[in-house]
Amino acid sequence: MIAPVFKPVGDSALLVEFGTREDDVLNQLVISLDHAIARAEIHGVRETVPALVNLLVVFDPVVVDHGAIKAAVQALLPLPEATGSQTTHHDVPVCFDAELTSDLRDVATACKRSVDDVVAELVAVNLKVAMYGFAPGYAYLTGVPKALHVPRKQTPKPDVPKGSILMAGPQSIVTSLTMPTGWSIIGRSPFEVMQTTGETSFRFNVGDTVRYTPVGRTALPSHLQTP
Amino acid sequence: MTTARLKVISAGPLVSYQDAGRPRLMRYGVPASGPMDRFAHAAANTMLGNMPDPACIEVSLGGLVLECVEGEVSVAIAGGSFRTGLDGVISEGWAVHTLAPGTRLSVSGGAWGSWCYLAFAGEIAAPTWLSSKATHTLSGLGGGTVRTGDIITITEATTRPGRVGTYDVPEVARPLPMGRLVIGPQDHLFEHGATDTLCSHPYRVTDAYNRMGMRLDGPALRLGNALSIPSEPIVRGSIQVAGDGVPTLLLADHQTTGGYPKIATMIGADTDRIAQARSGGRLNFHAVEVEEAITIARDASHARAHALEDLAAPRLSLEQRLQQANLISGAVAED
Repeated sequence: MIAPVFKPVGDSALLVEFGTREDDVLNQLVISLDHAIARAEIHGVRETVPALVNLLVVFDPVVVDHGAIKAAVQALLPLPEATGSQTTHHDVPVCFDAELTSDLRDVATACKRSVDDVVAELVAVNLKVAMYGFAPGYAYLTGVPKALHVPRKQTPKPDVPKGSILMAGPQSIVTSLTMPTGWSIIGRSPFEVMQTTGETSFRFNVGDTVRYTPVGRTALPSHLQTP
Repeated sequence: MTTARLKVISAGPLVSYQDAGRPRLMRYGVPASGPMDRFAHAAANTMLGNMPDPACIEVSLGGLVLECVEGEVSVAIAGGSFRTGLDGVISEGWAVHTLAPGTRLSVSGGAWGSWCYLAFAGEIAAPTWLSSKATHTLSGLGGGTVRTGDIITITEATTRPGRVGTYDVPEVARPLPMGRLVIGPQDHLFEHGATDTLCSHPYRVTDAYNRMGMRLDGPALRLGNALSIPSEPIVRGSIQVAGDGVPTLLLADHQTTGGYPKIATMIGADTDRIAQARSGGRLNFHAVEVEEAITIARDASHARAHALEDLAAPRLSLEQRLQQANLISGAVAED
């Protein structure tokens, strides 16, 4: 197992880093450690923030310090093999209508494929919730097939509606806010990762798996049915 | 107890509702938000006898003018040294006033500071998101932005005459020209000497200063080969450096993750005081070891608790104080 490196972050956090290059094995270690810390209920820990290759442990510096947190995390190593028992699978309906999704044709051209083939290859894989970031409810899903990796666009597009499916490199996002994006917009979904009506909740947890399932335009809420 | 209503005659940009924030949700991409100056926010509530956490109005240098249109309510003002106009009578600094129908309250920048807090003896009616009224300015979620023409409703409004008066700004809330840093976590990605540069030259606060962060201007902090890193967690106080070598101090509404290397991280308590710096102001940075950072955090926590205790004591009129002294000595005599 890869031994993590511990780096202090200010007076109240410790970064536990398994490596410095994006890699699914490292992300899996992050997720396993996140689960292990949650189970261990370490004294003084306020929250943990899992990311691609590292995990931030935020603590109360009045009651513990970096050394105590490092020792408590080291006591959890080596991490048990991931069993999948703490993760959930989500099928996310996506409309890949090329009229609604400004970049699907460009992605297909860049990948030297038809639009149908791009969609078929994307919906054939399970994506993984690797981390949240950028904005509330923005879950980074990794595992986009290598043949479909496209770089970010030169110019961001403003006011991309929430529920858009974005793609860049190995990652995809189901957006939860209407925001600008420099990623390719390849679909639309009625699925709300972040439900803001009523009691807000986040439907993905880091480590969960996601599969896009193609649906027609009529499956979308009416405001997403037009370009 | 009644309802008080305040009409917003004018509100500058970046005036918003903020309670103590929504911690523990960074794993979902949600920063804690809450006050740019957390101590001043707690102080404003404490001066009124409130718990430290409830929602206040965070006023930027854009200023705010309110007119009470219904009910009576006491209001505390704490934060930077802001100028307060009460029916045209100008004063400056921390204070508690009572508003009655027709009273006009104006709050604008004074001698120092970028943010101040208006706490009310009552509860501000504003939307809650994830159990908090703190406004996440990027999304507008939470209590929201205060805009000209709005009516602010205070439920359970009351007056606290025993707390009306002026208050000295405690030492722990005064402006700080120097922020203490723990170096890292990506200092190794910078060219040799970058951390020394950061800690030995003044940096100027630019106009690019909002609730997400404060862009600084000063000697460039040159990155080595790695201009970006796998996206990783950010905290309030992270100093990230983009490819142009320009450092940005990230604050209350920071993104929860990012791919720019972070050369250093400011100590939590210092971020509140540094947030009171203004565009054009100069800041210095000083590196401390982690053990010292912990000591500073603990000392700051104690000093803040002590300062809040002082502010929590009601201010009474001379007659009231004399009356209380008589009651106490009377009770002692009967014992």
